[in-house]
Amino acid sequence: MPKRQDLKSILIIGSGPIIIGQACEFDYSGSQALRSLKEDGIETILINSNPATIMTDPTMADHVYLKPLNTKSIIEILKKHPQIDAVLPTMGGQTALNLCIEADEKGIWEDFNVEIIGVDINAINITEDREKFRELMLKIGIGMAPQATATSFLKGKEIAQEFGFPLVIRASYTLGGAGASIVHKPEDFDELLSRGLEISPIHEVMIDKALMGWKEYELELLRDKNDNVVIICTIENMDPMGIHTGDSITVAPAMTLSDRTFQKMRDMAIHMMRSIGDFAGGCNVQFAVSPDDEEEIIAIEINPRVSRSSALASKATGYPIAKIASKLAIGYHLNELDNQITKSTSALFEPTLDYVIVKIPRWNFDKFEGSDRTLGLQMKSVGEVMGIGRSFQEALHKATQSLEIKRNGLGADGKGYKNYDQIIQKLTVPSWDRVFVIYDAIQLGIPLRRIHDITKIDMWFLKQYEELHLLEKEISTYTIATLTKELMLEAKQRGFADRQIAHMLDCYESEVHKKRTEEMNINRVYKLVDTCAAEFKAMTPYYYSTFEEEIEKPDGTRYVENDSEVTDRKKIVVLGSGPNRIGQGIEFDYCCVHGVLAAAECGYETIMINCNPETVSTDFDTADKLYFEPVFWEHIYDIIRHEKPEGVIVQLGGQTALKLAEKLSKYGIKIIGTSFESLDLAEDRGSFSDLLKANDIPYPQFGVAETADEALQLADELNFPLLVRPSYVLGGQGMKIVINKEELEEHVVDLLRKIPNNKLLLDHYLDGAIEAEADAICDGEDVYIIGIMEHIEPCGIHSGDSNATLPPFNLGEFVLQQIKDHTKKIALALNTVGLINIQFAIKDDKVYIIEANPRASRTVPFIAKAYKEPYVNYATKVMLGDKKVKDFEFNPQLEGFAIKQPVFSFNKFPNVNKNLGPEMKSTGESILFIESLKDDQFYDLYGRRKMYLSK
Amino acid sequence: MKYQSRRKALLLLADGTIFYGKSVGDKEGTAFGEVCFNTGMTGYQEIFTDPSYFGQLMVTTNAHIGNYGTNVEEVESDSVKISGLICRNFSYEYSRPRADKSLEDFLNDNKLFAISDVDTRALVSYIRDNGAMNAVISTDVNNIDGLKKQLAEVPSMEGLELASKVSTKEPYFIGDESATFKIAALDIGIKKNILRNLSKRDSYIKVFPFDASFDEMQSWEPDAYFISNGPGDPEPLVDAIAAAKKMIDSGKPVFGICLGHQVIALAKGISTYKMHNGHRGINHPILNLVTGKGEITSQNHGFAVNREETEANSDVEITHVHLNDNTVAGIKLKDKDVFSVQYHPEASPGPHDADYLFDQFFDLIKSKSVQTV
Repeated sequence: MPKRQDLKSILIIGSGPIIIGQACEFDYSGSQALRSLKEDGIETILINSNPATIMTDPTMADHVYLKPLNTKSIIEILKKHPQIDAVLPTMGGQTALNLCIEADEKGIWEDFNVEIIGVDINAINITEDREKFRELMLKIGIGMAPQATATSFLKGKEIAQEFGFPLVIRASYTLGGAGASIVHKPEDFDELLSRGLEISPIHEVMIDKALMGWKEYELELLRDKNDNVVIICTIENMDPMGIHTGDSITVAPAMTLSDRTFQKMRDMAIHMMRSIGDFAGGCNVQFAVSPDDEEEIIAIEINPRVSRSSALASKATGYPIAKIASKLAIGYHLNELDNQITKSTSALFEPTLDYVIVKIPRWNFDKFEGSDRTLGLQMKSVGEVMGIGRSFQEALHKATQSLEIKRNGLGADGKGYKNYDQIIQKLTVPSWDRVFVIYDAIQLGIPLRRIHDITKIDMWFLKQYEELHLLEKEISTYTIATLTKELMLEAKQRGFADRQIAHMLDCYESEVHKKRTEEMNINRVYKLVDTCAAEFKAMTPYYYSTFEEEIEKPDGTRYVENDSEVTDRKKIVVLGSGPNRIGQGIEFDYCCVHGVLAAAECGYETIMINCNPETVSTDFDTADKLYFEPVFWEHIYDIIRHEKPEGVIVQLGGQTALKLAEKLSKYGIKIIGTSFESLDLAEDRGSFSDLLKANDIPYPQFGVAETADEALQLADELNFPLLVRPSYVLGGQGMKIVINKEELEEHVVDLLRKIPNNKLLLDHYLDGAIEAEADAICDGEDVYIIGIMEHIEPCGIHSGDSNATLPPFNLGEFVLQQIKDHTKKIALALNTVGLINIQFAIKDDKVYIIEANPRASRTVPFIAKAYKEPYVNYATKVMLGDKKVKDFEFNPQLEGFAIKQPVFSFNKFPNVNKNLGPEMKSTGESILFIESLKDDQFYDLYGRRKMYLSK
Repeated sequence: MKYQSRRKALLLLADGTIFYGKSVGDKEGTAFGEVCFNTGMTGYQEIFTDPSYFGQLMVTTNAHIGNYGTNVEEVESDSVKISGLICRNFSYEYSRPRADKSLEDFLNDNKLFAISDVDTRALVSYIRDNGAMNAVISTDVNNIDGLKKQLAEVPSMEGLELASKVSTKEPYFIGDESATFKIAALDIGIKKNILRNLSKRDSYIKVFPFDASFDEMQSWEPDAYFISNGPGDPEPLVDAIAAAKKMIDSGKPVFGICLGHQVIALAKGISTYKMHNGHRGINHPILNLVTGKGEITSQNHGFAVNREETEANSDVEITHVHLNDNTVAGIKLKDKDVFSVQYHPEASPGPHDADYLFDQFFDLIKSKSVQTV
């Protein structure tokens, strides 16, 4: 059946602010869905409260509503748009589904004659209600772990008595495994049971017998109205059952499944999807397989919607699941659609990979002091990276290099653990660093069997680790002069960075790079992600790097095959922001995407480099060329050597991109926009203060210290309270307000231990001041301030965690004038070309400068959405020299105020200190438009403003 | 454990192009065949033992091969049928409790030479653009001229009859003698899983060698005939084509798979041709024109049935097409209980979407036997 003709106008529900368990993958899926429906001439209406998203751009949907995700907003929209025929709730995660169900229960869809497409409510109810799900699975002959439901504490105790330990408790109707836990010992049971019951909105938990150590798999399915089902991707969790799949290291394709077991699993998945209801769209099924010769397969859960894993599966295979799922929701059959990558073959097929992807989650435990850092059933990671390679080892190395945790890959950096007891303990209690500890364990000589017994990680993966270790050991017996070409190639094929090889050979990275490229001619080649292992020609420019053996033509010339042909167009590279983390999230991906689009408008071929599978920037439709590679020097440099772009845009990708500026500049690569010198000047407190002094701009008294002694001495001059922080960090990492010498000493010692050789900045803290910030675009001559925001909470809470209003709600004309004057002066004095963000503290009507960052800030997307103007687009054109500030007609439109509201994920960390301070803790934000300051919600925020402030 | 280096090896194509790699297991060796690729991500053991692959140098596109070892049960015939293996990463170490040996040992037992570390992706694109051709893999890297000479003597797959090399020499029986139905299966390279699929549907099967006559088969009084998959060009299979004609005329149900499908087409006067590079993988999309439903199928064929001639033949109806290139994937004879498919409903490896074809075969057999009663 072709497209349904009766669907002309469709409402899509977004996923709201970023929280743990529901991140920017839904901006990716939502954007794809909107584009997909638009292609078919369907009118789209979007609701999402998260302004820092591409999907809420005015060009994405016909009508965008930046409104709170509640039924009140839904009714408002449906009243305004009676033409809406259907709602597609599967693109906005659990949030959208829950809202859809709530609206359904209230009869809203029925009242407005709106059809739910892409899912059926019964299917959601079955999959979310674990008891119903279990009954259905047993009915259709699908195995499940022994399980029972408890709706009371007493019932829970009875079940535990029956099953014995270990047990798993899962709360019903929750997200990202909230309220889930493994209970090993009876004495922990009571507390964890109570928590699960409390968290579940229907006061219900499921208690399962724990399948600890079983192998875990996920299948991504698509199904059309004609009941055709295809499996897009099979993902294997390297971390077996016991660690939430969002916190597991995952690999695709499945590495250790035989065809027999896989096909059985495939049959089960299809059977399950068909049994839960009759709907067209995406679906995710999770299985556990017994690690013995029975290979028993047990169903864990099924999610009848686009999920976090479907974003990963789309990036892993190249098959755009959300895009196709949207088409299926409006009636298309799979065989009526093209494979979006080859454009010549059918969408009804199952992608095949000739590479391996490894996903590693990114955690931010350092932001949640006192949090339990153990990985378990509840998801705790805030982002993820994906590495693509021609082998598991290469992909694993790339993923570890993408994490930006100052590691260069596995081993060979002198940072490994060496203490036996510590290693065993870290293997036993999994946390963020287990992926590295496995290597350390092998290096220390702990037998693989023992590592397997502790971790239950499949031996195949451990053998892969061991091979890496053996290669490291072999290479370490050589020097840079004696290393053979064969070994060098092998090391590169297995993903070792030049920097790691340098460590093994005891020489400099630059020497390894020189020897490898100039003497041995071992260069990266780029291969295509094409869904079909090169069986068909594909044109989609989605690349990853690898190293390959040579090919010899009949005439004797030798070459290494490269899929990425360099064009003769002028090119611009945009560096992405890497994994999401607190302080650097989706806002920067929004900026990168707009940077890419603007550069394309200026006639450049655009090249995106990023390693975050959740993002729109890594959608193969975004840039002219996508290199899915770590934002890690060696990879960036090799791409630049290959593509020879005019320059690199670093100011849009947050700290990740920015910190590569120095090296790029040193290697003579042009930085587009504000120069490295200016970026550095703004970051260097001494020079920056000189600049402020020269321009007669006030700033809090400050000093720089490199030791605790120096810090204590400085404290005498500056007076307490003091704001202490390391330099070159984002999101206020390690930032703290101290009120006396004891606290100062403790914090300084702590910081220097964590970040050795860092220069610490000590500012006199302006107690009780008001905080504000301004974002501006500057072309070196003119400055345009795009917005000034005032924080509702007083100075001392990180700007990312503050509620803030645009425009300011109670700053006088005199203060605003100072802010404007200072902003213009600083932007010009720093020779800013592009964006700049300046933060101010206002005390006694005097405006002090806290810091200036000549780059895109977290607030730019918010201001752009509130004022309905494409500021990143403008700024990029200015950076490229294509336009001047005065070429634009600025016309901000906002009635009343826009309030930026931070959103936290504290419920994932029950014991953590929830006090807010100079270190950022929020995971996302939402926008709220109010007509005037008399608005109740503003009153409420204003009234509560001091509640969270820590001393 | 110590790091182990492996000796250099190469793949030399008939057109003189060389792809470098390493010898699996550091062994010396040389092997000839037609180079083809399979895009399946699982099922290597089934592929290597599938008689349809006889005489082929197999390129596996999956990044790793050998991860889950081998298992004595998961074979499609009694020995390895490919003539050599070319892969990117070979897993010397495997992990699977149910496995009984490593792929390396399994290949050694079967005296199969394999090379790894080849840029298989570049090789696949090369075959895609230049077509399937003969090749040699060898560790004799300093004797390229010698290898070229030997390679020139390897016959082309076109016009090559290979069924005789893989077919049983003597008839044999499969299944339970007391089963309800009797099926005569013509073995021109039959896969074990076809026999498993037939026998589990309450049938007793007699497997006949490739050159068995129709009379020989008929004298066993079967309820239906089956023509198997197999290697090589279907055109030289004169005995099988002659037998197929008589099977069709017998009025009994006939089912053909892959090479068997081509034989049935040839028996109806429809020609076959050598494809540019064939279909080999477990993700091939098929549209069933009768039901309008899609199927993901396992495929392995380098020859195909001429579509125009099929459409022009008034006795034949196209029932299935390949969605990627619209080639004929299934036919049935009008007014006869004869049908065949180009792909592999028995899977192994691959999805079970087309399992229903076996049921369809047995439905025909059942309706026939009801009539005779």
